Order: sequence, then structure tokens, then C-alpha cells
Amino acid sequence: MLKSNALKGLGLIIGLVIVLILMWASVLYGYTDITSQMIIDSFTNFDESNEHYIIQDNRIPRSLIAAAVGASLAIAGAIMQGLTNNPLASPTIFGVNAGASFFVVFGVTFLGITSLQSFAWFAFAGAAVASVTVYLLGSLGSDGLTPIKITLAGAAIAALFSSMTQGMLAMNETALEQVLFWLTGSVQGRSLEILMSVLPYLVVGWFVALLLGKHLNVLVMGEELAKGLGQKTYLIKLAGALAVVLLSGGAVAIAGPIGFIGIVIPHIARWFAGISYSWVIPYSAIIGAMLLLSADIAARYVIYPQEAPVGVMIALVGVPFFIYIARRGINE
Amino acid sequence: MKAIQTEQLSLGYKDELVIEELDLTIPKGEITAFIGSNGCGKSTLLKSLARLLKPKDGSVELAGKDIDKTSTKEIARQLAIMPQSPQAPEGLTVLQLVKQGRYPYQSWYKQWSEEDEEAVQYALDVTGIKEFEDRTVDSLSGGQRQRAWIAMTLAQDTDIILLDEPTTFLDLTHQIDILDLLSELNEQEGRTIVMVLHDLNLACRYADHIVAIQGKSVFEQGNPDEIITPQLIHSVFGLQCQVTCDPICGAPMCIPYSRQRQMKGANRYAAQQVQAN
Repeated sequence: MLKSNALKGLGLIIGLVIVLILMWASVLYGYTDITSQMIIDSFTNFDESNEHYIIQDNRIPRSLIAAAVGASLAIAGAIMQGLTNNPLASPTIFGVNAGASFFVVFGVTFLGITSLQSFAWFAFAGAAVASVTVYLLGSLGSDGLTPIKITLAGAAIAALFSSMTQGMLAMNETALEQVLFWLTGSVQGRSLEILMSVLPYLVVGWFVALLLGKHLNVLVMGEELAKGLGQKTYLIKLAGALAVVLLSGGAVAIAGPIGFIGIVIPHIARWFAGISYSWVIPYSAIIGAMLLLSADIAARYVIYPQEAPVGVMIALVGVPFFIYIARRGINE
Repeated sequence: MKAIQTEQLSLGYKDELVIEELDLTIPKGEITAFIGSNGCGKSTLLKSLARLLKPKDGSVELAGKDIDKTSTKEIARQLAIMPQSPQAPEGLTVLQLVKQGRYPYQSWYKQWSEEDEEAVQYALDVTGIKEFEDRTVDSLSGGQRQRAWIAMTLAQDTDIILLDEPTTFLDLTHQIDILDLLSELNEQEGRTIVMVLHDLNLACRYADHIVAIQGKSVFEQGNPDEIITPQLIHSVFGLQCQVTCDPICGAPMCIPYSRQRQMKGANRYAAQQVQAN
């Protein structure tokens, strides 16, 4: 763990530089050979060559999207872990991503939505419905919200939404073709427009998350203690939930449900930056972006010349780590 | 002088009332102890004094102002509460914990100030945990951990400190140690201390003012010398006892009767007792 605040700050800057390098690499590497010179030329001197189109329409959006989605999912996970005081909390485990996916697929299959903006709104609505349901189910009973109850509620809601999604797709094959690649989670083949249409919401989410850090530090000591210290706990929970809905809903709208980033990254961030959420949140953002960028680059090579969905790559890394966390126990 | 006052205060959960139409005054600058049997509502009452529980009816006044109409941050600068057996997140250091006590003084634009630093250093010094400041809270012994939590409430720099059973789970040595610490804070700095205590004899020894709670209300309150009698203990706890004099400090001391054990012959202590008389 990095001890002093100066070191932690330095770590963040180094992390940011690594993210930028990975973003550059994400534009460079892949089936089509690209050089750094071509990237620069595609901006200064666009010549309508195949490579320049690939850089501008495919690689650059892909690189930006991987960074934004990775950071957003990781932050959403960190906030959820803080709000529920539960190391297993994440948009995937608590059904938020499944809810967002269900609403999007529902919109595509039954309402015929096609516009990017409505895609995003369906995803936000789904994320919100799932979050509220899980929170309410997890709080039922006289002992209020407990880590075990909210995890069970999350798992149940996640299963419910995914099976309903699959049910709809089984009934409607055209829709299946439209959304299948999206459903496995991918940052490839997405236009810059879809990122731009969701970006404002993500930025609000990032901003709220950064302001929340020190308040989450107080909230994790227990609701009564936080109230005793003068915290308006409902306000912090509400702001946290808003950020989670914007970030995971936005990420799902762009890239489909990508799992494991939300649960794994905050723990890695703690390993570097300690337990204070003021640091865990920015570190999660940086490391989340790094993981998704590198997984996306790796996905281009594992079954070369074909591409693996990045969701699959992440899961390959995420599963062992998830088991490790689960073994350390949610009772701690 | 009064620190906190309740007016026609009714408290409860769902439909059940735990405290009914209570008028209570907590004297300023004194140590007040709430006593009563399990489930009598003393913890509930303490929480409501710290606005952690909304009254069903009536009001709580802090410095003459209704706490329901005062901003929660404002209250946190006047009154600190330590819940029963609080839990620190895994890996939190003592220093980080104590710093959280400054939360009510911070805002999104106000950074850590000189004043915050002084309050934290003072709290670490007075509770004697400065040497542990870099250790994690979960690595401390029970007594040290309780001191760390008290340090956090001290960093809050409030005139009034409420504590819910601050000595639970501590051995006798550490119980005395914590109560001595609270007593020093009261005597040297004039802080008002209100606590729920299970140990009747320690309550009698340390409190200036005892509030005995029974039947959804205050059964009796006042100086332990004046109010602690076998009749009171019987009415409040349903326990037969003798009240004698604490041989160390002269406060009333309750010795309970039991079904099973009575004085048998002359053991060493019994013989001493006979000689003394």
C-alpha cells in the first residue's frame, strides 16, 4: 500500500499516464497494422485511406469507450461497496447491469427503439429499477439492510432479469441477432456518437463519485455513527445511488453488461491506496480503465484473426479473483 | 443549568411505545447515568436525545432549541454520541478513526485546518492512545479500542457526550479505566456526560445524577445517595437487594440476594466483617 498522500497522488498521475499509453496502444494494435505516424496524419491530413477510416471510425472510438466504460463500472462498484458496506457489491452481482440490459432488450424487441438516446434512457431506467428493488428487498425485515440479505436479493434480481432477457430473445430471433454481441459485452463496433450521447451522464456520475469519497468513509462506520457526526445519510445514499445508476446504466448502454470490473477493481484499488474512499474512487477509475483497455487489446489476439468479446476476457481474469474475495468472506 | 430537555417525549418502534410522554432534564456539566432493566428503553432514549431516533411525539431541546429544527451538523458540534459496540471498517487506523470526529466541521470547500489537527492531537493525548495512532483499530485490545472511539467523539469537540454502554465487553480493570477517563473529562473540562450503564454499582460511584427508567417513563431521578434504596431497585429491576456503602468512595452499593447462595459459616471475609462491626 502507498502510505503518504503525496505517494498516492503520484501513483494516480502514473496511472493516468499508463491509461493514456494504453489508449494509444489500443489505436495502434489489431488486425490492421497502424503506425503512430498514421494516427497523427489521420487528424492533420486525412487522406480517405482505409487505415485512416479504421483509425477514426473504429479504433479511436473503441479506445475512448473502453477507457470510459472501464472507469465508470469500477467507480460504480466502489460506490456500491461503500453504500452497502459489502465487499461483494457490484453492478453485476446486485443485478444492476442485468436490469439495464433487460430494459434495453425489452425496448428493442417490443418497442422497436433504435435511437442511441433512447437506448441510454432504457438502460438508466433498468439500472434504477434494479437498484431500488434490490435495496428494498435487502432492507426487508426487522434487522434492516444486512450484507447477506442484499447480496441474496441482488443475486435473485440478477437471475430474474437475465432469464427474462433470454426469454424475450428466444421468442424473437431478429432481436437476438441485433443484441447478441452487445449482450456479451463489447467495446468494439460502437460509434463515437453513442459515447457522446451518454458521456454527459457519465461525467455527472464521475463528478458526484469524487465528491462522495469522504462521506462514504463516514457512512461505512455505520448509519448511526454517521448521523451522530452530522451526516445527512439519506442524501449521501441518494447521491450514491444516482451515481451508480448513471455510471452502470451508461456503461451498459454503450458496451452491454461487462461483469467483474465493478467487483474486482475496487479491491485492487484498496491494495494500492488503502481503505479511504477519497482515494479508492479515483484509483478505481484509473485501474478500471486500464483493465478494460488491456482486456480489449488482448481480445484482438487470443483467437487471432478473429476477436473475442471483451466481456469474456474480463471474466477470465475476474472469476479467480472473485472466488478469492468470496473466500475471504462477507462476514468480515 | 440544563443541557438537554425533553418535553412530552414519546418514543417507539412501529406501533409499540417504549417511552411515553416523558419530561426529563439532563443537568449541564454533570455525569448522568441511565439505569434500568434490559429492554426498558434507556438506549432508545439516549438515541433520541442525539436525534438518531425521531420522536413519535413531543420534542427534545438542546440548549433551548428543538433538535428537530436544528441542522444535524450544528447538533454534531454540540453533542457527540458513541453507539453501543461500534464497528470500524477493516484496516482503519486509529488516527483515521479519530480524524472522522472532525467531520461536522468540514464542508466541500473547507480543507483540513490547524484547528482540526489540534483537536485530533488533543483527543489522542487525553485518551492516551497517541502511541497506537498508526495501528489499525481491529488490532487493538478491547480497552484500547474503546479509548479510540472515545477519542473520536472527543475530536468532535462537543460540550455534551452521550455514550451507550461504554464499558460493555470490557474486563473490570478497563471498565474502571474508561469511567475514570470520562470522569476526568467531566471534572477538568466541565463536559456533560450522559451514559447508559448496566453496572449499578459503577453507575452509583461515577454518576452525579441517576435516571432510573421503568414502565415507559422515569421511575425516579436524582443523586445516587438520595434515590438508591432497596425499594427502588426492587421496583426498577425486580430484584431484592441490600444497599450498603461502597467502602472505597462512599457511594451506595447494591448487594443482590440470590436463591442459591447465602452466607455459610465463617470464611475469611466473613470473619473480617464480624471484627469490623
